[in-house]
Order: sequence, then structure tokens, then C-alpha cells
Amino acid sequence: MSNSISLAEICISAASKTWKGDGEILATGIGLIPRIAAGLAKLTHNPDLMMTDGETYLISEPAPMGKRDASSDQVEGYMSYSRVFENLWGGKRHAMVTPTQIDSFGQTNISAIGDYDSPKVQLLGVRGFPGNSINHKNSIFIPNHSMKTFVQGEVDMVSSMGYKSQELSNGNFEIKLVVTNLGVFDFNAVNNKLQLLSLHPGVSVDDVISNTGFDVIIKSEEATPLPSDKELVLIREVLDPQGIRNSIFGE
Amino acid sequence: MDKVLNHKDVLEQLTSDMIIGVGGWGARRKPMSLIRAICQSDLKDLTIVSYGGPDVGLLCAHKKVKKLIFGFVSLDLIPLEAHFRQARQNQEIEVMELDEGMLQWGLRAAAMNLPFLPTRIGLGTDVLAHSPELKLVTSPYSDAETLVAMPALNLDVALLHVNKSDEKGNTQIIGPDPFFDDLFARAATKTFVSSEEVLSTQELGGKEGAIYNRFERSLVSGVVHSPCGAHPTSCAPNYGFDMKHLKEYSDSVKSFEDYSLKYMNKTHEEYVDSVGGSAAIENIPLPQF
Repeated sequence: MSNSISLAEICISAASKTWKGDGEILATGIGLIPRIAAGLAKLTHNPDLMMTDGETYLISEPAPMGKRDASSDQVEGYMSYSRVFENLWGGKRHAMVTPTQIDSFGQTNISAIGDYDSPKVQLLGVRGFPGNSINHKNSIFIPNHSMKTFVQGEVDMVSSMGYKSQELSNGNFEIKLVVTNLGVFDFNAVNNKLQLLSLHPGVSVDDVISNTGFDVIIKSEEATPLPSDKELVLIREVLDPQGIRNSIFGE
Repeated sequence: MDKVLNHKDVLEQLTSDMIIGVGGWGARRKPMSLIRAICQSDLKDLTIVSYGGPDVGLLCAHKKVKKLIFGFVSLDLIPLEAHFRQARQNQEIEVMELDEGMLQWGLRAAAMNLPFLPTRIGLGTDVLAHSPELKLVTSPYSDAETLVAMPALNLDVALLHVNKSDEKGNTQIIGPDPFFDDLFARAATKTFVSSEEVLSTQELGGKEGAIYNRFERSLVSGVVHSPCGAHPTSCAPNYGFDMKHLKEYSDSVKSFEDYSLKYMNKTHEEYVDSVGGSAAIENIPLPQF
């Protein structure tokens, strides 16, 4: 099975580890890879995670990607947007999100690119990023690690707070893990600098350095662990049987 | 008591420069027939408060917006709202950009007749830098923590779309998520509701139906019967979002004239016919994620 492992599957396996030890909290994976990763975390190391059907209900098993018969979902609770806010203000959540920009402080941007008053590109708006970042742990998945995503200086519109402002949080601010198409990182180097934890197959340290707009500490050059056979079965047969994950890197 | 109005009656109660809150969320349960009526009116310079979807985009496309108070604008499966985007990039609108929860807090403060509610949200981000009207406050207790004083978002009018209503303004939102429509109603001086069905009070289903009554009728100034009135947004459980139409709407940013000729400047009944009729809309499946 292992000779045909895709980059998407490596990222999913690596990203799923971010919910390790979180206990009974709401896991929110926004976007393809984060969502499958959250499901994999629940089916492997953290069965206590709570998860929604992508809409209003908490369900007992992660919802597979693609069309499904939702009438067979085992609904176990209610999670309207109002409830999501209540939950996250209490800190009992860990989300994995994909911002458009991230900087050396771990600040991210999903609002607008360029000058705020005359944006070059208007994006979504800050959504829940300010509240998420100050109230609970977050992780990040970036499918296109480059100087455009890992920017020099600061992001154009700080939508989620970073380590430079962490004293403003109630102690819950943390960026647990950053998974990209190049490798796995965290912000746990001295002074909360970004550090490389592992490289995906075929990626060099130079690739990482030349695609990051700020200093990266090279803590380790080891290879990102490949997904186990059990993880591959869960990804391929349970969480994403239609192979939608392969669209993310055109695999 | 009879609060039933038509779209034109509601327009007569609106004036330029008003602060108007719009219920729903993104591409879900937006009072689109009321929004289209505003687009076709002489109203201008509106301040719109919204968890935005095509309500915001359509108003921007018709140059009705002076200022937008928002947490996001998105068509859900089409993440970026093309018309809002164009208005922002062409510097046509002022904005007050808020975290989704701050927007809720502002509505709640207004609903409670408070000047503000404190929160940590916004600290450490550029939300504060770009909206100097957001002030800080120091906790009077021993923690002495610095917090954001989220100001009340007092609305002149709230526009909502619901599944069922009676003539007195008893409303029901049957879809599983009422979003923040109750707070929009409480934050507003007047609330106008468009409703898929206008029924007798008995037909609202007694105790079982009352579970879906999310705010009291005393908050409702008028009810407009508007079947399929949320189209092209969804109105669970009646119908899902019309992806084909949302795509056409989104693509029309390049040349709005064709879209406008096909779908605008019509009565609501004519609009519903122009997009395929009510039977076709009610057949649109609910989205699945």
C-alpha cells in the first residue's frame, strides 16, 4: 500500500496529530485536508473529539467527504452558529484553517490583500478569526507554501492575533501546528519563531528557506512520517472514499 | 391585528441613510425579495449590517450602500462575493469590519439597550486599527484587564426571512439554525419579515410549532407573504441554494446589464417565474457539506 502514498495523504496524517491530547473538545477542520485530518484524529488517537456535520448538528462519526446519505448520520447534539460562538468563547475548540497570508508572528490574513482602504484583492473578511485566535488553540494548513503566503514583515490585514500580542489572550492563544505542502512546522522555537519539524518527501531545507519570507529555525530535517497502513485505510475507505483529497495538489 | 403588508408598503417605511440589518447567514435564508425591492427603489446611502451574502452584493451592485458593517461576505460554495469585492476594490463603500462574534455582541448590546458589551475579541488584530470607533475599556475589578467595548449596533430596521408567520407577526424559523435573526429583530426599531407562508394562528401548530418561534410578535412591524422569497439563497427545510443562479449572479459582475434585464425590475411573482417558478425552486435540494 505504501508505494503510492500521495502528498495529500501525508499532509492529512501529519495534520491529524495536531488534535493529540486535546480531549473532549470541538474539532473544526475548515477545508478539504483539515476536515479529513480532524476525522482521522477522531478515528485514531482521540475518539472523544466532537465534530459537526458541516452544518448544525454534532455527529458521532466524522462525515465522509462528498455526497453521502446524511439520513444515516448518528446525530448526538446541536451546534448552531450561536452555539459555536458560545463554545469557542469558552475555549473548548481547536480549529485548523487555511489563511491567505501568515507572518513570522503567526498572525494571519483572510480579509484583504494590499492597502486596506483600496484593497488589491478583497477576500472574505475576518470571519471568526479574531475571536478564534484569542480564545482557543488553532492550527494551520497551507497548500501553497511560498513567499506570497509566508510573507515578509506583517500580513496585510491582521485577522488573527499572533505571538507578538499573546499577552492579550486569556492564556488560550496557541498555534499548535503548521502543515504545508513542504513540511511540518510549529512556533515553539525561542521567542516563538517558526521552526521546521520535518520535510515531506523530495523537499529540501533550501526549498523551505527560499519559499518563506522570514527566518525559519531548522530544528529537524527528518522526513515527515508516512501515514500508517491503518491511517491509509481510514483515509481511503472511510473518510474520503471518492478521492476528493487528490484535487488539492492535482494528484 | 393585521400586520400583513406588500413589498411596496415596506419600501414606504424605509428612507435613505437608514441603518438596515439583514438576517440570515451568507447564502442562507436572506430576505432577497425585500432586498430586490430596495434595489429597485430610489433609496440610497444605506448602512447595511449583515453576515453577508448576495444581499450585500446585490445592494452594492445597485449602489445602495454607503457603509457596510460586516464579519464576512460570501456565497458559501462560491467563497468570494464578486459584487461586494468589486465595490470594495473600487472604493465605493465604507466598511466597519468585525469578527462574527463581535457583530453578534453589537446586536446584543443594542437588544439590551446597553451602550456596549465587553469582549477580548479584536485585541491583537487590525480590526481595531481600521475602525477607530471601537474603543477599549478597563475592567473595574481587580484583574484590571483591557477589553474591547463593542458598541451597540442600533438598527433603524431589520429585514428577515422566515418559514411561517401569521397576520399578527408570530413567526417561525423551521430551519435548524435560526442564525442571529432574533438579535437583529431586538436591535431594530422596526422589523419587517418576509415569510414563505402566512397562515392562521391555529395553523402555526400550537405548542410544537411554538418551539420554532424565535422572537416575539411585538418586535414585528410587518409581514410580507413571499413564497420562495429567499431565492437564490436557501431556506431550510423548504429549499436549498440555487447554485446555478448564484454562479450566473456571481459571473454577472463583468456585465451586470444582462443579469439585470433578466431578473431585476420585476414584481416578486415575475421574479419567481423568471428563475423557473416556485415548483422548481422548492425542488432544489438542501446543501450537504
